[in-house]
Amino acid sequence: MMQQPVIYSVNGPVVKVRNTNVFAMMEMVYVGKRRLIGEVIGLTDLETTIQVYESTSGLQTGEPVEPTGAPMSVTLGPGIMTNIFDGIERPLRALEHASGAFIGDGLDVPILDTEKEYDVDVKVKAGTMLQPGEAYASCPETSAILHLCMVPPNLSGKVVYAAKSGKYRINDEIIRLEDADGAVHSLTLCQKWPIRRARPAAKRLAPSRPMITGQRVLDTLFPIARGGTAAIPGGFGTGKTMTQHQIAKWCDADIIVYIGCGERGNEMTQVLEEFTALTDPRTGKSLMERTVLIANTSNMPVAAREASIYTGITLAEYYRDMGYHIAIMADSTSRWAEALREISGRLEEMPAEEGYPAYLPSRLSEFYERTGAYETLNGREGSVTVIGAVSPQGSDFSEPVTQNTKRFVRCFWGLDKALAYARHYPAINWTMSYSEYMDDLAAYYEREVDPKFNAYRTELSALLKEEQTLMDIVRLIGSDVLPEDQKLVIETARLIRVGFLQQNAYHKEDTYVPLQKQFLMMKLILHFHHKAKALLAEHVDLKAIRESGVPDLIVKVKYDIPNSRPEQFGELTQQIDGTLDALRGRKKEVL
Amino acid sequence: MSLQYFGLHSISGSLIVLDRVEGAQFDEMARIVLDDGTERTGRVAMLEGDKAILQVFEGTHGLSLTNTRTQFTGRPMEMPLSGDLLGRVFTGAGRPADGLGEVMPEKFGDINGAPLNPVSRQYPRNFIQTGISSIDCLMTLIRGQKLPIFSGTGLSHNKLAVQIVQQAQIAKDSGSEFAVVFAAMGIQNDVADYFRRSFAESGVLQNVVMFLNLANDPIVERIITPRCALTAAEYLAYEKHMHILVVMTDMTAYAEALREFSSSKGEIPGRKGFPGYLYSDLASLYERAGIIEGVEGSVTQLPILTMPNDDITHPVPDLTGYITEGQIVLDRGLEQGGVYPPISVLPSLSRLMKDGIGEGYTRADHAAVSNQLFAAYAQVQDARSLASVIGEEELSELDRKFLEFGKYFEKCFLTQGFTENRSIEETLDLGWTLLSLLPKSALDRVDDNVLNAHYDPEAAALLVQKVRERDG
Repeated sequence: MMQQPVIYSVNGPVVKVRNTNVFAMMEMVYVGKRRLIGEVIGLTDLETTIQVYESTSGLQTGEPVEPTGAPMSVTLGPGIMTNIFDGIERPLRALEHASGAFIGDGLDVPILDTEKEYDVDVKVKAGTMLQPGEAYASCPETSAILHLCMVPPNLSGKVVYAAKSGKYRINDEIIRLEDADGAVHSLTLCQKWPIRRARPAAKRLAPSRPMITGQRVLDTLFPIARGGTAAIPGGFGTGKTMTQHQIAKWCDADIIVYIGCGERGNEMTQVLEEFTALTDPRTGKSLMERTVLIANTSNMPVAAREASIYTGITLAEYYRDMGYHIAIMADSTSRWAEALREISGRLEEMPAEEGYPAYLPSRLSEFYERTGAYETLNGREGSVTVIGAVSPQGSDFSEPVTQNTKRFVRCFWGLDKALAYARHYPAINWTMSYSEYMDDLAAYYEREVDPKFNAYRTELSALLKEEQTLMDIVRLIGSDVLPEDQKLVIETARLIRVGFLQQNAYHKEDTYVPLQKQFLMMKLILHFHHKAKALLAEHVDLKAIRESGVPDLIVKVKYDIPNSRPEQFGELTQQIDGTLDALRGRKKEVL
Repeated sequence: MSLQYFGLHSISGSLIVLDRVEGAQFDEMARIVLDDGTERTGRVAMLEGDKAILQVFEGTHGLSLTNTRTQFTGRPMEMPLSGDLLGRVFTGAGRPADGLGEVMPEKFGDINGAPLNPVSRQYPRNFIQTGISSIDCLMTLIRGQKLPIFSGTGLSHNKLAVQIVQQAQIAKDSGSEFAVVFAAMGIQNDVADYFRRSFAESGVLQNVVMFLNLANDPIVERIITPRCALTAAEYLAYEKHMHILVVMTDMTAYAEALREFSSSKGEIPGRKGFPGYLYSDLASLYERAGIIEGVEGSVTQLPILTMPNDDITHPVPDLTGYITEGQIVLDRGLEQGGVYPPISVLPSLSRLMKDGIGEGYTRADHAAVSNQLFAAYAQVQDARSLASVIGEEELSELDRKFLEFGKYFEKCFLTQGFTENRSIEETLDLGWTLLSLLPKSALDRVDDNVLNAHYDPEAAALLVQKVRERDG
């Protein structure tokens, strides 16, 4: 009989056990008499190192540590949607019920509601052969999401028993499966999966379709593909969280996994409140019906913060396997990296840059590489897109987390303090940001929006770029010395910045803009530019163009033309043409 | 009587190590009695085998390996709590410092608190009128918010904090009582005295709980000072149902104490020598602001920190800004230009403002006027930097208008007296009047209807005339 392993040392969230060999790497364990949840993160012949996901206050040396024989896992099944979990998938509403407004320790609550009955449609009969990942039943999880119960990816075999369709709870047996070795497995509505292992899929697909966010600067200038990765770095107050909220509310993903990783408690409350109240424009139901929140706020245990992004992406992969498109908002990956650093420090590992462990880049890449568009094991198509906020220390983009993230994401939406101070929102800096998906998605834009879309986008970027060069001169010697056509570039760029890039999240029409309208707005601005350029060539004064009221009209288009009335752009273009043509007679005095 | 341990294994900085210890708990408190009868308090910072490593709050001077008896209490650091805390003064470790004797506890509270469940929180929405135009209009304080003041040495942050405490209508129309919890960390005696005097003069002293860890007090005590203060605040808020404003100054001194303590434990440093867990540590304080759904009472935090060398990217203001819901930034240039309160508008921000202003909270046009003021003032800065290159005469007419707007904005809007208490209506009207100095076409952040209702160049001209007469 092996001796029961006991605690040898306690240092913050790190607990060590000596002289035992019962544990496995990444195994979940119960620590102490209060049975706190922990995970094995280091093994030597002498010591086992465990990180504890709850407060270790009050632990004593000599208290028992209990192995579970399973790696740190999440429970996957109906009841995940609309829920709010902590970093290790403990439901916060149930915790509130168990311990009140403040979160206690060692609470044992079921992950998913075990009493709720679902209308289950069993799709198989006894004798059916099932492959890994194949669906054997389905049930409406919320009004927006149909849940598929799938054979776990590491299992296949013949159905030896199938329940009748009807009402079942998540732990009721639905089928029994006999595998090739003759072992019989009972499958319910839910299954477990280790959080640090990617769920397998049949085939990775190339990115070909954008995830449409309704945010002009993103969709038009720096688009992200379904299954893509993006980072939003920015100092505090530049609008990282705001941008993520906007994307979560409006993007065309089927499901949103919102991970509040080491961020503010009030922000999670806000998401919960707002998303419950908002209606999803596509389903007409509450946004919360297709959302799951992972809230491990900055004052909750740091080890659970480290786990939270893995929990989030595992949930996302599970729904991807049902054929859904999922967008993960991770706010903020810097807090996750700091959790990694904190635990690494407690383990007395040799630090690399700024105290971060040397394995920071490999952990980051592991996480971001779990995204992508896939053909699932059951032949469906699903994707996981990650948008990770980065909070660089001192707004310094050269710090390790930003730099390493940049290497593994393909979209970079850099937020700019100067723009935020000027209340230019979203404060995405158009010279610093980029998207590597542009070429992958070009065909989609040409096919679905307009054949000229990509050409217009290139012209728009070029104008912004030229403005930047010109402004360097203006800052030195004033704008008077510039020739008229260059002054026009500055004027047009202003229209692009104010009329196109700035977007008002609190305005009914402007908070979400369909691609078609984005295209028409872009077209209108460029039309004005070409027309005005032609007029300048005929010696019409730029001042007259500026004061004709046309620029004001263009700036206000975003509010004046409703999203549902794109045909009004035609009328407006005619009106603008008329006004500008009338200027022709008033030529500038040529000296 | 529980076990007493004679002597120590070793001493290092503020840490002591005991060996052959049985049954010590992580994070529990211990009493250390010296041979001369004096007593100190320690907390278990680490357990390893039969060794316990303790941090000693009063410092380790005078301790030897043989002159102590240590006794574990079996409880974490706790603070006696009762409604009688009001009007009392405590040391940074939560012991009475006003000679009025011990508090008769109604209960004891663990000073580390527990994380507030995000689903139990109520999203803060109630506007607190501070009577200070720049704050009320541009970075509105909300009940349950944490809004720090980023200042520098020698700036008037203390004066501003006192003015906010005196004028804040935090409990207006809720029928609850209002009280202040004041935590001083590493500040000078004079400053602590200034706060005490100011509270006394304004007659709020009976509603203030003070925790004083002064510049010459031990640094380990400084680490628990804000925790004691917040435990008292949470008790008064959630169990006595009061609206509590917690003023904590100076957070930089707190963070430096943490750094000193961390380095004495031999931990691996992060940026500028601060420990890697500085973010989590600060968050464990700031996140204790809030409102619980269904419970009357609130904790609002107003931490003050001095930015070393006025550097906003220093780890303390930087990490604070990432946790708090906005910041009020003070500016040395404005202070030197005679502007009080010297609030630098552009980098300042209140994140909770958007949901706590407008119809039903302040006034329907609040968002419009504040957005436009921000945008216009940003353009003032552009015009100023251009003027410094090419000269004011060379500026376009519009840019010159912006310069004028900037001047009067700082003179009339930012500047106000220490006792001047402006209502939100006055503040918003003043904002519109100042914006009317600019041509209508330059006000592109506002809907035309709103603009037409408030645009009033005559009032603007009158204001300019008044200021000119006042300044001779």
